[in-house]
Amino acid sequence: MDILNALVAVLNYVVIPASSYGAQLALGALGVTLIYGILRFSNFAHGDTMAFGTAFTILFTWAFQAMGLSLGPLPTALIALPFGIAVTAGLVLLTDRMVYSYYRRVRAAPVILVMVSVGVMFVMNGLTRFIIGVDEIQFADGARFVISAREFRAATGLAEPLSLRSSQVITLVAAALVVWALFWFLNRTRTGKSMRAFSDNEDLALLSGINPNRVVAVTWVIAAALATTAGVLYGLDKSFKAFNYFQLLLPIFASAIVGGLGNPLGAIAGGFIIAFSEVGVTYAWKKVLGYLAPAGLEPEGLMQLLSTEYKFAVSFAILIIVLLFKPTGLFKGKAV
Amino acid sequence: MKKLLLATAATALVAGAAQAEEIKMGISLGFTGPLESMSPAMAAGAELAMKEVSDSGKLLDGSTVTPVRADSTCIDAAAATAGVERLITSDGVKGIVGGMCSGETTASLQNVAMPNGIVMISPSATAPALSTMEDNGLFFRTSPSDARQGVVMTEIIMEHGINEVAVTYTNNDYGKGLADSFQAAFEAAGGKVTINTAHDDGKADYSAEVGALAAAGGQALVIAGYVDQGGSGILRGAIDSGAFETFVFPDGMVGGALETNFGPELTGSFGQLPSSEGEGKDKFLELATAAGFDGTGVYSGEAYDAAALIMLAMQAAGTSDPAAYKEKIMDVANAPGEPILPGELGKALELLAAGTDIDYVGATSVELIGAGESAGTFREIEFKDGKIETVKYR
Repeated sequence: MDILNALVAVLNYVVIPASSYGAQLALGALGVTLIYGILRFSNFAHGDTMAFGTAFTILFTWAFQAMGLSLGPLPTALIALPFGIAVTAGLVLLTDRMVYSYYRRVRAAPVILVMVSVGVMFVMNGLTRFIIGVDEIQFADGARFVISAREFRAATGLAEPLSLRSSQVITLVAAALVVWALFWFLNRTRTGKSMRAFSDNEDLALLSGINPNRVVAVTWVIAAALATTAGVLYGLDKSFKAFNYFQLLLPIFASAIVGGLGNPLGAIAGGFIIAFSEVGVTYAWKKVLGYLAPAGLEPEGLMQLLSTEYKFAVSFAILIIVLLFKPTGLFKGKAV
Repeated sequence: MKKLLLATAATALVAGAAQAEEIKMGISLGFTGPLESMSPAMAAGAELAMKEVSDSGKLLDGSTVTPVRADSTCIDAAAATAGVERLITSDGVKGIVGGMCSGETTASLQNVAMPNGIVMISPSATAPALSTMEDNGLFFRTSPSDARQGVVMTEIIMEHGINEVAVTYTNNDYGKGLADSFQAAFEAAGGKVTINTAHDDGKADYSAEVGALAAAGGQALVIAGYVDQGGSGILRGAIDSGAFETFVFPDGMVGGALETNFGPELTGSFGQLPSSEGEGKDKFLELATAAGFDGTGVYSGEAYDAAALIMLAMQAAGTSDPAAYKEKIMDVANAPGEPILPGELGKALELLAAGTDIDYVGATSVELIGAGESAGTFREIEFKDGKIETVKYR
């Protein structure tokens, strides 16, 4: 019984929250890594692209709710998601046409493109706030829980609660589907293969007749889809607040770099590594050890490795260690 | 003869005018910044008191009081200092209602108000550190220190039969000060704080914090944070994961957003915030409505009282010189004397001119204790059926 309690406590406070947070980071990191791999710069506007896409998805969600559309136990935002993606894709394509294409034409150094993306970030930042405001918005509807803490305790008689939110399940399932679709696209379709070729060797790809404009456009559309999906899943799980998406940028970049910039598999692994280290290292093991230790030997202190204030230090320590010993990231990405 | 009369009358008028002066008073509040939504009602409260006194024509032989505003920004100590500097040196104010937030208040008090010997009465700075700071008798506040809120919160929690709590606070002066003073009071009363840990506002994810709080355990979770910031993130995580079922909310967390975002999930949770009731408050609300602003705004009544105290002390001292009237502030605020409610400032000025003692009650039942801060009344609230309900005032 005590072992079960310990297991449930770890599941409830470490495994489940870290998995869904990790999936959200992974989706964000995938977008960053894709842009880095194919367009060759770190896109700082990614966090605000997520915010913009989520803002539009929320607007569509409200419209659908007003029309009486619903998915039953699933959140209405899932129907609105494709529309949000479409608007976001339109915006990033427009940005590319108006801003980035010029710098590509003059063959600007990557660092200039990075600075340009910071400028784009501030514009998108303001745009999102103009459209939807700065307030916190809850837009999740449908069933909140798959397993609620109270029901679980009543059903099992365990002292420790276990809760599983529907948004967490949706996040994990959606992330798995998106990743599968992305890999299928990159590995099986002609366009995907030409994108990979463009990423591996631009000159050779151009010589073999690949249309660079098409590759760039498809990359932006996929990045917009990934950003909007990640943003909506995060917003469903927590809540939407424009400012928080800007804050998400740091852990997303950490994930992408730890995994290896430009490597999609690395982005996914990086997302989970960062999420689990943030939650796991700062977890107080007092309760768990209390269940496992023999009677009389229960720990008095919190048994916490680091106080929670240091959780960001943990992910950045991992980042630095990885960069020191494996500059291309855990999975072979491009050198930063 | 007619000419002579006219000349005498004119001389008398001139003499009278020389006696009465135009007194300027500063209002240093965060008109921009994180609390910009609260400032207008506070400034309106202070200006209401000044207008009332000016209109009565009874202050220091018919002197009038003119308000001058300055933006303290709440977070930028340098901007607040510059603003107060301007009020004192350029506008020549005789007293200041402000500042708004604790850090900025400390800076402008120490850098400008103290060297120039100007009285400051803050309606809303609540950090415990301001109680013990050296102020040359120039600083007062009409709001209670957070140390007092820690004690009141302890009493309320103990009355609910809870003696083991976890505490999380927002990582700034307000949160840390409140959490520490609460922990001291709670442990002195025989309670146990299992963990006292910070959370940062505006972060992407709070599962690590919730995990640590849950592991430490306790019968209730005290969240000394902001309802539109990280406080709600922690609350959401703690409810969803089933870590805690009872929550205690200090002033920063009690807001309409709790009802709309959480509602029935909070049944059984409780909290408290500085607030007053009674005849003075009702009177103030009436006056505010008549003047065209919302008197229920947070700290609006405190601002009215701060301005009123300065002007009444001037009358008691018979001069607008801060060095003289600062001694009178405690006298006019506290018993014994004739109780004075909002709207009765004219009467109070008359009484003081006649040498009668007054006890200013004002909008917030002002009673200055210690180094000159409000003892404070707190409104105890409880969640019933998803609504915030007032239990009682203490």
